[in-house]
Amino acid sequence: MNELPDAPDCARRTILKSAVAGGLIGLGLGSFPFPAFADADAKDFPADAFKQKSEADALKALYGKSAEASDKVSLDAPEIAENGAVVPIAVTSSLPNVTGIAVLVLDNPFTLAAAYKIPDGTQAAVASRLKMAKTTKVVAVVESGGKLYSATKEVKVTVGGCGG
Amino acid sequence: MASTIRVRAVAGADSTEVQSLIQHPMDSGFVKDAKGELIPAHHIEVVQFEHGGKTVFTALWGPAVSKDPYLKFSFKGGKKGDDLKVSWVDNKGASDSLVAKIQ
Amino acid sequence: MLRKLCIAVAIVAGTAQPLLADNAVDPQADFKVFRKYFTERFPKLQLNDFVNGPYSMDEGLRKQWQAKEEFPPYDFALDKGKEMFATPFKNGKTYADCFPNGGVGVRQMYPMFDAKSGQVVTLDVAINQCREGNGEAPLDYLKDDMASLTAYMAFTSRGKPMDIKVPDDPRALAAYRKGEEYFYTRRGQFNLSCASCHIQNPGNHIRTEVLAPALGIMNALPIYRSEWGGMGTTSRRLTTCNSQIRGVPLPAEAEEYRDVEYYLSYMANGLPISGPGARP
Repeated sequence: MNELPDAPDCARRTILKSAVAGGLIGLGLGSFPFPAFADADAKDFPADAFKQKSEADALKALYGKSAEASDKVSLDAPEIAENGAVVPIAVTSSLPNVTGIAVLVLDNPFTLAAAYKIPDGTQAAVASRLKMAKTTKVVAVVESGGKLYSATKEVKVTVGGCGG
Repeated sequence: MASTIRVRAVAGADSTEVQSLIQHPMDSGFVKDAKGELIPAHHIEVVQFEHGGKTVFTALWGPAVSKDPYLKFSFKGGKKGDDLKVSWVDNKGASDSLVAKIQ
Repeated sequence: MLRKLCIAVAIVAGTAQPLLADNAVDPQADFKVFRKYFTERFPKLQLNDFVNGPYSMDEGLRKQWQAKEEFPPYDFALDKGKEMFATPFKNGKTYADCFPNGGVGVRQMYPMFDAKSGQVVTLDVAINQCREGNGEAPLDYLKDDMASLTAYMAFTSRGKPMDIKVPDDPRALAAYRKGEEYFYTRRGQFNLSCASCHIQNPGNHIRTEVLAPALGIMNALPIYRSEWGGMGTTSRRLTTCNSQIRGVPLPAEAEEYRDVEYYLSYMANGLPISGPGARP
Protein backbone atom coordinates (compact mmCIF):
# COMPACT_ATOMS: atom_id res chain seq x y z
CA MET A 1 0.00 0.00 0.00
CA ASN A 2 1.26 3.46 -0.76
CA GLU A 3 1.46 5.02 2.68
CA LEU A 4 3.70 7.81 3.87
CA PRO A 5 6.34 6.28 6.13
CA ASP A 6 5.32 7.38 9.59
CA ALA A 7 7.75 9.37 11.65
CA PRO A 8 8.06 7.73 15.08
CA ASP A 9 5.88 10.44 16.66
CA CYS A 10 2.94 9.74 14.35
CA ALA A 11 2.99 6.01 14.94
CA ARG A 12 3.10 6.53 18.68
CA ARG A 13 0.18 8.96 18.54
CA THR A 14 -1.82 6.59 16.37
CA ILE A 15 -1.30 3.72 18.76
CA LEU A 16 -2.13 5.84 21.79
CA LYS A 17 -5.33 7.13 20.15
CA SER A 18 -6.38 3.61 19.20
CA ALA A 19 -5.66 2.35 22.71
CA VAL A 20 -7.78 5.13 24.22
CA ALA A 21 -10.61 4.37 21.83
CA GLY A 22 -10.30 0.74 22.82
CA GLY A 23 -10.23 -0.29 19.21
CA LEU A 24 -7.80 -2.32 17.21
CA ILE A 25 -4.27 -0.99 16.88
CA GLY A 26 -3.97 -0.02 13.24
CA LEU A 27 -0.17 0.29 13.11
CA GLY A 28 -0.61 3.53 11.20
CA LEU A 29 -2.03 1.79 8.16
CA GLY A 30 -5.69 2.47 8.97
CA SER A 31 -6.44 -1.20 8.66
CA PHE A 32 -9.72 -1.31 10.53
CA PRO A 33 -12.02 -3.93 8.99
CA PHE A 34 -14.37 -1.51 7.21
CA PRO A 35 -16.76 -2.98 4.71
CA ALA A 36 -17.08 -1.22 1.33
CA PHE A 37 -16.07 2.47 1.51
CA ALA A 38 -14.02 3.99 4.33
CA ASP A 39 -14.41 7.69 5.12
CA ALA A 40 -11.68 10.30 5.42
CA ASP A 41 -9.89 9.61 8.67
CA ALA A 42 -8.45 12.35 10.84
CA LYS A 43 -5.80 9.88 12.00
CA ASP A 44 -4.21 10.16 8.56
CA PHE A 45 -3.44 13.81 9.19
CA PRO A 46 0.28 14.50 9.76
CA ALA A 47 -0.30 17.41 12.14
CA ASP A 48 3.38 17.72 13.00
CA ALA A 49 4.44 18.24 9.39
CA PHE A 50 1.89 21.02 9.00
CA LYS A 51 3.39 22.90 11.93
CA GLN A 52 6.91 23.13 10.51
CA LYS A 53 8.41 26.44 9.43
CA SER A 54 11.01 25.42 6.91
CA GLU A 55 11.15 23.28 3.78
CA ALA A 56 13.69 20.90 5.31
CA ASP A 57 11.72 20.43 8.54
CA ALA A 58 8.40 19.96 6.75
CA LEU A 59 9.79 17.33 4.37
CA LYS A 60 11.60 15.56 7.19
CA ALA A 61 8.38 15.40 9.24
CA LEU A 62 6.30 14.32 6.26
CA TYR A 63 8.57 11.95 4.37
CA GLY A 64 11.67 11.57 6.52
CA LYS A 65 13.94 12.81 3.75
CA SER A 66 14.95 15.86 1.73
CA ALA A 67 14.35 16.71 -1.92
CA GLU A 68 16.62 17.29 -4.89
CA ALA A 69 15.69 19.59 -7.77
CA SER A 70 14.42 17.83 -10.88
CA ASP A 71 13.20 19.03 -14.23
CA LYS A 72 10.78 16.12 -14.25
CA VAL A 73 8.60 17.97 -11.77
CA SER A 74 6.39 20.68 -13.29
CA LEU A 75 4.95 23.43 -11.14
CA ASP A 76 2.36 25.70 -12.75
CA ALA A 77 1.92 28.85 -10.68
CA PRO A 78 1.19 32.44 -11.68
CA GLU A 79 4.01 34.97 -11.77
CA ILE A 80 1.86 37.56 -10.03
CA ALA A 81 -1.05 36.23 -7.99
CA GLU A 82 -4.37 37.92 -8.68
CA ASN A 83 -5.08 37.62 -4.99
CA GLY A 84 -3.00 35.94 -2.32
CA ALA A 85 -6.08 34.22 -0.89
CA VAL A 86 -6.77 32.09 -3.96
CA VAL A 87 -3.71 31.14 -6.02
CA PRO A 88 -4.27 28.30 -8.52
CA ILE A 89 -1.38 25.82 -8.37
CA ALA A 90 -0.90 22.69 -10.49
CA VAL A 91 1.80 20.05 -10.08
CA THR A 92 2.54 17.30 -12.59
CA SER A 93 5.42 14.91 -12.97
CA SER A 94 6.76 12.49 -15.56
CA LEU A 95 8.63 10.53 -12.87
CA PRO A 96 7.68 6.86 -12.45
CA ASN A 97 6.05 5.28 -9.38
CA VAL A 98 4.86 8.52 -7.84
CA THR A 99 3.42 7.91 -4.38
CA GLY A 100 3.08 11.42 -3.06
CA ILE A 101 2.99 15.10 -3.98
CA ALA A 102 3.43 18.01 -1.59
CA VAL A 103 3.28 21.77 -2.03
CA LEU A 104 5.25 24.09 0.23
CA VAL A 105 4.88 27.86 0.44
CA LEU A 106 8.15 28.97 1.94
CA ASP A 107 7.10 32.39 3.23
CA ASN A 108 3.85 31.25 4.81
CA PRO A 109 3.67 30.99 8.61
CA PHE A 110 3.67 27.21 8.19
CA THR A 111 5.61 25.91 5.22
CA LEU A 112 3.57 22.89 4.23
CA ALA A 113 0.36 23.89 2.46
CA ALA A 114 -0.91 20.55 1.16
CA ALA A 115 0.19 16.96 0.70
CA TYR A 116 -1.37 14.30 -1.49
CA LYS A 117 -1.21 10.50 -1.41
CA ILE A 118 -1.06 9.05 -4.91
CA PRO A 119 -2.05 5.37 -4.97
CA ASP A 120 -1.18 3.00 -7.83
CA GLY A 121 -3.19 3.94 -10.88
CA THR A 122 -3.63 7.59 -9.96
CA GLN A 123 -1.86 10.14 -12.14
CA ALA A 124 0.99 12.18 -10.77
CA ALA A 125 -0.93 15.40 -11.22
CA VAL A 126 -2.95 17.59 -8.91
CA ALA A 127 -4.41 21.08 -9.10
CA SER A 128 -5.60 23.10 -6.14
CA ARG A 129 -5.86 26.67 -4.85
CA LEU A 130 -3.66 27.95 -2.05
CA LYS A 131 -3.28 30.95 0.25
CA MET A 132 -0.04 32.87 0.13
CA ALA A 133 0.72 35.50 2.74
CA LYS A 134 3.22 37.42 0.65
CA THR A 135 5.65 37.12 -2.25
CA THR A 136 7.16 33.70 -1.82
CA LYS A 137 8.91 30.73 -3.35
CA VAL A 138 6.57 27.81 -3.90
CA VAL A 139 8.11 24.33 -3.91
CA ALA A 140 6.40 21.32 -5.44
CA VAL A 141 7.75 18.00 -4.14
CA VAL A 142 7.13 14.62 -5.73
CA GLU A 143 7.87 11.30 -4.01
CA SER A 144 8.95 8.78 -6.61
CA GLY A 145 10.57 5.43 -6.02
CA GLY A 146 11.14 6.33 -2.39
CA LYS A 147 13.04 9.55 -3.17
CA LEU A 148 11.94 13.20 -3.26
CA TYR A 149 12.25 15.52 -6.25
CA SER A 150 11.26 19.18 -6.40
CA ALA A 151 10.63 22.22 -8.55
CA THR A 152 10.52 25.80 -7.33
CA LYS A 153 8.81 28.94 -8.58
CA GLU A 154 8.44 32.43 -7.18
CA VAL A 155 4.95 33.86 -6.92
CA LYS A 156 4.61 37.60 -6.38
CA VAL A 157 1.81 38.47 -4.02
CA THR A 158 0.76 42.11 -3.72
CA VAL A 159 -1.68 43.88 -1.48
CA GLY A 160 -4.95 44.55 -3.26
CA GLY A 161 -5.25 48.02 -4.78
CA CYS A 162 -7.62 50.91 -4.11
CA GLY A 163 -6.73 51.17 -0.45
CA GLY A 164 -9.81 49.12 0.46
CA MET B 1 -29.34 19.75 4.16
CA ALA B 2 -27.42 20.19 0.91
CA SER B 3 -24.00 18.57 0.78
CA THR B 4 -20.89 20.71 1.10
CA ILE B 5 -19.29 18.64 -1.63
CA ARG B 6 -19.56 19.28 -5.36
CA VAL B 7 -17.99 16.73 -7.65
CA ARG B 8 -17.60 16.44 -11.38
CA ALA B 9 -16.13 13.08 -12.41
CA VAL B 10 -15.85 12.40 -16.11
CA ALA B 11 -14.73 9.02 -17.49
CA GLY B 12 -12.39 9.16 -20.46
CA ALA B 13 -10.91 6.38 -22.61
CA ASP B 14 -8.92 4.81 -19.81
CA SER B 15 -9.02 7.25 -16.92
CA THR B 16 -11.46 9.39 -14.96
CA GLU B 17 -10.88 13.08 -14.31
CA VAL B 18 -12.22 14.31 -10.99
CA GLN B 19 -12.83 17.94 -10.00
CA SER B 20 -14.29 18.85 -6.66
CA LEU B 21 -15.27 22.01 -4.81
CA ILE B 22 -16.03 21.79 -1.12
CA GLN B 23 -17.84 24.48 0.85
CA HIS B 24 -15.68 25.20 3.91
CA PRO B 25 -14.36 28.42 5.48
CA MET B 26 -10.78 27.08 5.74
CA ASP B 27 -9.98 29.67 8.40
CA SER B 28 -6.24 29.92 8.74
CA GLY B 29 -6.19 31.04 12.37
CA PHE B 30 -4.28 34.18 11.41
CA VAL B 31 -7.20 36.45 10.54
CA LYS B 32 -8.85 38.74 13.09
CA ASP B 33 -12.55 39.42 13.28
CA ALA B 34 -14.27 42.82 13.55
CA LYS B 35 -13.55 42.90 17.30
CA GLY B 36 -9.85 42.35 16.69
CA GLU B 37 -9.84 38.80 17.97
CA LEU B 38 -8.25 35.93 16.09
CA ILE B 39 -10.68 33.66 14.29
CA PRO B 40 -9.49 30.19 15.30
CA ALA B 41 -8.15 27.83 12.66
CA HIS B 42 -10.94 25.79 11.15
CA HIS B 43 -9.91 23.77 8.15
CA ILE B 44 -10.41 20.45 6.44
CA GLU B 45 -7.61 18.04 7.30
CA VAL B 46 -8.26 14.98 5.14
CA VAL B 47 -10.21 14.45 1.92
CA GLN B 48 -10.59 10.94 0.58
CA PHE B 49 -11.80 9.67 -2.77
CA GLU B 50 -12.81 6.04 -3.25
CA HIS B 51 -13.79 4.03 -6.29
CA GLY B 52 -14.50 0.33 -6.53
CA GLY B 53 -13.59 -0.22 -2.91
CA LYS B 54 -10.19 1.36 -3.37
CA THR B 55 -8.84 4.74 -2.29
CA VAL B 56 -7.88 6.60 -5.45
CA PHE B 57 -6.73 9.87 -3.87
CA THR B 58 -6.11 11.37 -0.45
CA ALA B 59 -5.60 15.05 0.22
CA LEU B 60 -3.98 16.24 3.43
CA TRP B 61 -4.72 19.92 3.86
CA GLY B 62 -3.39 22.60 6.17
CA PRO B 63 -4.83 26.07 6.79
CA ALA B 64 -3.05 27.45 3.69
CA VAL B 65 -5.55 25.82 1.36
CA SER B 66 -8.01 28.41 0.02
CA LYS B 67 -11.56 28.85 1.22
CA ASP B 68 -14.08 26.62 -0.56
CA PRO B 69 -11.22 24.37 -1.60
CA TYR B 70 -10.84 22.99 -5.10
CA LEU B 71 -9.14 19.83 -6.27
CA LYS B 72 -8.45 18.20 -9.62
CA PHE B 73 -6.82 14.84 -10.24
CA SER B 74 -7.20 11.78 -12.50
CA PHE B 75 -7.15 8.06 -11.81
CA LYS B 76 -6.97 5.04 -14.10
CA GLY B 77 -10.20 3.23 -14.73
CA GLY B 78 -13.71 4.22 -13.81
CA LYS B 79 -16.60 4.21 -16.22
CA LYS B 80 -19.84 6.09 -16.60
CA GLY B 81 -22.32 5.18 -13.90
CA ASP B 82 -19.73 4.05 -11.38
CA ASP B 83 -19.90 5.38 -7.83
CA LEU B 84 -17.21 7.75 -6.58
CA LYS B 85 -17.26 8.43 -2.86
CA VAL B 86 -15.84 11.65 -1.48
CA SER B 87 -15.46 12.31 2.22
CA TRP B 88 -13.72 14.90 4.37
CA VAL B 89 -12.99 15.53 8.03
CA ASP B 90 -11.83 18.83 9.55
CA ASN B 91 -9.80 19.87 12.58
CA LYS B 92 -12.94 20.28 14.67
CA GLY B 93 -14.05 16.73 13.93
CA ALA B 94 -16.83 17.75 11.54
CA SER B 95 -17.20 15.71 8.39
CA ASP B 96 -19.28 15.21 5.27
CA SER B 97 -19.41 12.68 2.49
CA LEU B 98 -21.07 12.26 -0.86
CA VAL B 99 -21.44 9.48 -3.39
CA ALA B 100 -21.35 10.85 -6.92
CA LYS B 101 -21.84 9.10 -10.21
CA ILE B 102 -19.06 9.16 -12.76
CA GLN B 103 -20.29 10.69 -16.01
CA MET C 1 -18.49 64.21 -29.42
CA LEU C 2 -15.10 62.96 -28.23
CA ARG C 3 -14.42 66.54 -27.12
CA LYS C 4 -17.53 66.29 -25.01
CA LEU C 5 -16.08 63.17 -23.34
CA CYS C 6 -12.83 64.99 -22.60
CA ILE C 7 -14.64 67.97 -21.17
CA ALA C 8 -16.84 65.68 -19.12
CA VAL C 9 -13.83 63.99 -17.54
CA ALA C 10 -12.50 67.36 -16.38
CA ILE C 11 -15.78 68.49 -14.87
CA VAL C 12 -15.65 69.80 -11.30
CA ALA C 13 -17.27 67.74 -8.56
CA GLY C 14 -20.87 68.47 -7.78
CA THR C 15 -21.80 70.22 -10.99
CA ALA C 16 -25.07 69.02 -12.39
CA GLN C 17 -25.52 71.46 -15.22
CA PRO C 18 -25.64 70.53 -18.86
CA LEU C 19 -22.19 70.33 -20.40
CA LEU C 20 -22.83 72.43 -23.45
CA ALA C 21 -25.39 75.04 -24.26
CA ASP C 22 -27.58 73.06 -26.65
CA ASN C 23 -27.04 69.74 -24.95
CA ALA C 24 -30.04 67.59 -25.78
CA VAL C 25 -29.87 64.07 -24.39
CA ASP C 26 -29.02 61.71 -27.23
CA PRO C 27 -28.19 58.22 -25.89
CA GLN C 28 -27.71 56.77 -29.36
CA ALA C 29 -25.10 59.35 -30.28
CA ASP C 30 -23.36 58.87 -26.90
CA PHE C 31 -23.39 55.12 -27.49
CA LYS C 32 -21.53 55.48 -30.77
CA VAL C 33 -18.83 57.72 -29.25
CA PHE C 34 -18.40 55.48 -26.19
CA ARG C 35 -18.14 52.32 -28.29
CA LYS C 36 -15.71 53.91 -30.75
CA TYR C 37 -13.48 55.15 -27.95
CA PHE C 38 -12.97 51.65 -26.56
CA THR C 39 -12.66 49.76 -29.83
CA GLU C 40 -10.07 52.28 -31.00
CA ARG C 41 -8.17 52.18 -27.74
CA PHE C 42 -8.09 48.37 -27.77
CA PRO C 43 -8.13 47.44 -31.46
CA LYS C 44 -6.94 43.87 -30.86
CA LEU C 45 -9.58 43.08 -28.26
CA GLN C 46 -12.66 41.11 -29.34
CA LEU C 47 -15.74 43.18 -28.63
CA ASN C 48 -17.37 40.53 -26.44
CA ASP C 49 -14.23 40.21 -24.34
CA PHE C 50 -14.72 43.66 -22.78
CA VAL C 51 -17.24 42.14 -20.36
CA ASN C 52 -14.42 40.21 -18.69
CA GLY C 53 -13.07 43.37 -17.09
CA PRO C 54 -9.45 43.13 -15.93
CA TYR C 55 -9.15 39.67 -17.48
CA SER C 56 -9.51 41.17 -20.92
CA MET C 57 -6.67 43.56 -20.09
CA ASP C 58 -4.01 41.28 -18.58
CA GLU C 59 -2.85 37.85 -19.75
CA GLY C 60 -1.44 36.71 -16.38
CA LEU C 61 -4.71 37.49 -14.62
CA ARG C 62 -6.66 35.89 -17.42
CA LYS C 63 -4.89 32.53 -17.00
CA GLN C 64 -5.63 32.45 -13.28
CA TRP C 65 -9.25 33.34 -13.93
CA GLN C 66 -9.64 30.59 -16.52
CA ALA C 67 -8.16 28.07 -14.08
CA LYS C 68 -10.72 29.08 -11.47
CA GLU C 69 -13.63 29.13 -13.92
CA GLU C 70 -13.23 25.34 -14.30
CA PHE C 71 -15.06 25.13 -11.01
CA PRO C 72 -15.92 28.69 -10.11
CA PRO C 73 -16.06 30.06 -6.57
CA TYR C 74 -19.61 31.39 -7.14
CA ASP C 75 -20.93 27.85 -7.64
CA PHE C 76 -22.40 27.64 -4.15
CA ALA C 77 -24.13 31.03 -4.43
CA LEU C 78 -25.55 29.96 -7.78
CA ASP C 79 -27.07 26.80 -6.31
CA LYS C 80 -28.45 28.75 -3.38
CA GLY C 81 -29.97 31.28 -5.77
CA LYS C 82 -31.61 28.57 -7.85
CA GLU C 83 -33.16 27.10 -4.72
CA MET C 84 -34.34 30.52 -3.50
CA PHE C 85 -35.86 31.32 -6.87
CA ALA C 86 -37.93 28.15 -6.85
CA THR C 87 -39.12 28.49 -3.25
CA PRO C 88 -42.60 30.00 -3.00
CA PHE C 89 -43.40 32.93 -0.72
CA LYS C 90 -45.64 32.41 2.30
CA ASN C 91 -48.63 33.35 0.14
CA GLY C 92 -47.83 30.63 -2.38
CA LYS C 93 -46.62 32.91 -5.17
CA THR C 94 -43.07 32.79 -6.57
CA TYR C 95 -40.59 35.18 -8.18
CA ALA C 96 -41.73 33.81 -11.53
CA ASP C 97 -45.07 35.56 -11.00
CA CYS C 98 -43.43 38.99 -10.85
CA PHE C 99 -41.16 38.87 -13.87
CA PRO C 100 -41.60 38.58 -17.62
CA ASN C 101 -40.90 35.10 -18.91
CA GLY C 102 -41.16 33.75 -15.38
CA GLY C 103 -37.94 35.54 -14.46
CA VAL C 104 -35.79 33.23 -16.55
CA GLY C 105 -33.45 34.83 -19.05
CA VAL C 106 -34.53 38.40 -18.25
CA ARG C 107 -31.55 39.91 -16.45
CA GLN C 108 -30.27 41.60 -19.61
CA MET C 109 -33.34 43.89 -19.66
CA TYR C 110 -32.39 45.50 -16.35
CA PRO C 111 -32.19 48.31 -15.38
CA MET C 112 -35.42 49.34 -17.01
CA PHE C 113 -37.33 52.59 -16.85
CA ASP C 114 -40.65 52.20 -15.08
CA ALA C 115 -43.11 54.66 -16.62
CA LYS C 116 -45.54 54.35 -13.71
CA SER C 117 -43.13 55.41 -11.00
CA GLY C 118 -40.88 57.46 -13.29
CA GLN C 119 -37.88 55.67 -11.78
CA VAL C 120 -35.12 53.42 -13.03
CA VAL C 121 -35.71 49.92 -11.69
CA THR C 122 -32.69 47.63 -11.35
CA LEU C 123 -33.01 43.86 -11.08
CA ASP C 124 -32.27 43.98 -7.36
CA VAL C 125 -34.96 46.59 -6.77
CA ALA C 126 -37.41 44.57 -8.86
CA ILE C 127 -36.69 41.53 -6.68
CA ASN C 128 -37.47 43.44 -3.50
CA GLN C 129 -40.59 44.97 -5.06
CA CYS C 130 -41.67 41.42 -5.82
CA ARG C 131 -40.97 40.29 -2.27
CA GLU C 132 -42.70 43.23 -0.61
CA GLY C 133 -45.65 42.94 -2.99
CA ASN C 134 -46.07 39.38 -1.76
CA GLY C 135 -45.77 40.07 1.96
CA GLU C 136 -42.11 39.16 2.34
CA ALA C 137 -39.34 41.23 3.94
CA PRO C 138 -36.95 42.87 1.48
CA LEU C 139 -33.42 41.47 1.10
CA ASP C 140 -30.32 43.41 2.05
CA TYR C 141 -28.88 44.84 -1.18
CA LEU C 142 -25.18 44.22 -0.70
CA LYS C 143 -24.54 40.46 -0.61
CA ASP C 144 -25.74 37.08 0.68
CA ASP C 145 -29.29 36.24 -0.43
CA MET C 146 -29.62 39.10 -2.91
CA ALA C 147 -26.29 38.18 -4.48
CA SER C 148 -27.26 34.49 -4.66
CA LEU C 149 -30.63 35.22 -6.25
CA THR C 150 -29.25 37.67 -8.82
CA ALA C 151 -26.39 35.25 -9.53
CA TYR C 152 -28.95 32.66 -10.56
CA MET C 153 -30.99 35.11 -12.62
CA ALA C 154 -27.85 36.39 -14.35
CA PHE C 155 -26.83 32.81 -15.05
CA THR C 156 -30.11 32.13 -16.88
CA SER C 157 -29.23 35.10 -19.12
CA ARG C 158 -25.63 34.14 -19.77
CA GLY C 159 -24.64 34.90 -23.32
CA LYS C 160 -27.69 37.04 -24.01
CA PRO C 161 -26.88 40.53 -25.27
CA MET C 162 -27.47 43.45 -22.90
CA ASP C 163 -30.75 45.02 -23.98
CA ILE C 164 -31.46 48.27 -22.19
CA LYS C 165 -34.13 50.65 -23.43
CA VAL C 166 -34.10 54.39 -22.88
CA PRO C 167 -37.57 55.32 -24.13
CA ASP C 168 -38.36 58.72 -25.58
CA ASP C 169 -39.77 59.85 -22.24
CA PRO C 170 -38.26 63.02 -20.75
CA ARG C 171 -38.01 61.34 -17.35
CA ALA C 172 -36.11 58.36 -18.76
CA LEU C 173 -33.81 60.64 -20.69
CA ALA C 174 -33.25 62.71 -17.54
CA ALA C 175 -32.37 59.58 -15.53
CA TYR C 176 -29.97 58.49 -18.26
CA ARG C 177 -28.38 61.96 -18.26
CA LYS C 178 -28.07 61.95 -14.44
CA GLY C 179 -26.33 58.57 -14.63
CA GLU C 180 -23.93 59.91 -17.24
CA GLU C 181 -23.17 62.96 -15.09
CA TYR C 182 -22.61 60.83 -12.00
CA PHE C 183 -20.15 58.73 -13.97
CA TYR C 184 -18.05 61.69 -15.09
CA THR C 185 -18.20 63.70 -11.84
CA ARG C 186 -15.20 63.68 -9.50
CA ARG C 187 -15.85 62.98 -5.84
CA GLY C 188 -14.21 62.00 -2.61
CA GLN C 189 -10.92 63.05 -1.08
CA PHE C 190 -9.09 61.37 -3.94
CA ASN C 191 -11.15 63.50 -6.30
CA LEU C 192 -11.71 60.67 -8.76
CA SER C 193 -14.67 60.06 -11.01
CA CYS C 194 -15.70 56.64 -12.30
CA ALA C 195 -14.28 57.85 -15.62
CA SER C 196 -10.86 58.63 -14.12
CA CYS C 197 -10.27 54.91 -13.75
CA HIS C 198 -12.57 53.21 -16.21
CA ILE C 199 -12.39 55.59 -19.17
CA GLN C 200 -8.93 57.08 -18.79
CA ASN C 201 -7.05 54.09 -17.39
CA PRO C 202 -8.48 50.68 -18.33
CA GLY C 203 -5.69 48.09 -18.37
CA ASN C 204 -3.48 50.32 -16.23
CA HIS C 205 -2.89 49.74 -12.54
CA ILE C 206 -4.35 51.50 -9.54
CA ARG C 207 -1.83 50.42 -6.93
CA THR C 208 -1.71 46.71 -7.66
CA GLU C 209 -5.12 46.20 -9.27
CA VAL C 210 -5.66 46.20 -13.01
CA LEU C 211 -8.51 48.54 -13.98
CA ALA C 212 -11.47 47.27 -15.96
CA PRO C 213 -12.82 49.15 -18.98
CA ALA C 214 -16.15 50.90 -18.46
CA LEU C 215 -17.49 49.14 -21.54
CA GLY C 216 -19.36 46.08 -20.33
CA ILE C 217 -18.50 46.69 -16.68
CA MET C 218 -22.00 45.76 -15.51
CA ASN C 219 -22.24 42.54 -17.50
CA ALA C 220 -20.51 40.20 -15.05
CA LEU C 221 -22.40 41.24 -11.92
CA PRO C 222 -23.03 39.95 -9.31
CA ILE C 223 -19.45 38.90 -8.69
CA TYR C 224 -17.45 36.67 -6.39
CA ARG C 225 -14.41 38.73 -5.47
CA SER C 226 -11.34 36.96 -4.13
CA GLU C 227 -10.81 40.11 -2.08
CA TRP C 228 -14.22 39.69 -0.42
CA GLY C 229 -13.95 35.92 -0.15
CA GLY C 230 -17.58 35.98 -1.21
CA MET C 231 -20.30 37.39 -3.44
CA GLY C 232 -21.30 41.00 -3.88
CA THR C 233 -23.93 42.86 -5.85
CA THR C 234 -23.69 46.00 -7.96
CA SER C 235 -24.55 47.93 -4.79
CA ARG C 236 -21.70 46.34 -2.90
CA ARG C 237 -19.23 47.37 -5.58
CA LEU C 238 -20.55 50.93 -5.98
CA THR C 239 -20.65 51.65 -2.25
CA THR C 240 -17.19 50.20 -1.61
CA CYS C 241 -15.74 52.12 -4.53
CA ASN C 242 -17.15 55.36 -3.06
CA SER C 243 -15.48 54.50 0.27
CA GLN C 244 -12.23 53.61 -1.45
CA ILE C 245 -11.92 57.04 -3.03
CA ARG C 246 -12.67 58.44 0.43
CA GLY C 247 -16.12 59.65 -0.43
CA VAL C 248 -19.30 59.05 1.51
CA PRO C 249 -21.20 56.13 -0.01
CA LEU C 250 -24.86 56.62 -0.83
CA PRO C 251 -27.43 54.13 0.45
CA ALA C 252 -27.60 51.02 -1.74
CA GLU C 253 -29.83 51.50 -4.80
CA ALA C 254 -29.98 55.27 -4.28
CA GLU C 255 -31.24 57.15 -7.33
CA GLU C 256 -27.74 58.11 -8.48
CA TYR C 257 -26.54 54.49 -8.33
CA ARG C 258 -29.55 53.25 -10.27
CA ASP C 259 -29.04 55.99 -12.85
CA VAL C 260 -25.34 55.27 -13.33
CA GLU C 261 -26.11 51.55 -13.67
CA TYR C 262 -28.73 52.53 -16.29
CA TYR C 263 -26.21 54.64 -18.21
CA LEU C 264 -23.43 52.04 -18.13
CA SER C 265 -25.72 49.15 -18.99
CA TYR C 266 -27.09 51.06 -21.99
CA MET C 267 -23.53 51.66 -23.16
CA ALA C 268 -23.00 47.88 -23.05
CA ASN C 269 -26.00 47.07 -25.25
CA GLY C 270 -25.22 44.14 -27.51
CA LEU C 271 -22.47 42.77 -25.27
CA PRO C 272 -23.17 39.39 -23.65
CA ILE C 273 -24.23 38.93 -20.04
CA SER C 274 -21.35 37.06 -18.40
CA GLY C 275 -22.67 36.91 -14.84
CA PRO C 276 -22.31 35.71 -12.26
CA GLY C 277 -18.66 36.60 -12.46
CA ALA C 278 -15.43 36.18 -10.56
CA ARG C 279 -12.99 39.02 -10.01
CA PRO C 280 -9.73 39.58 -8.11
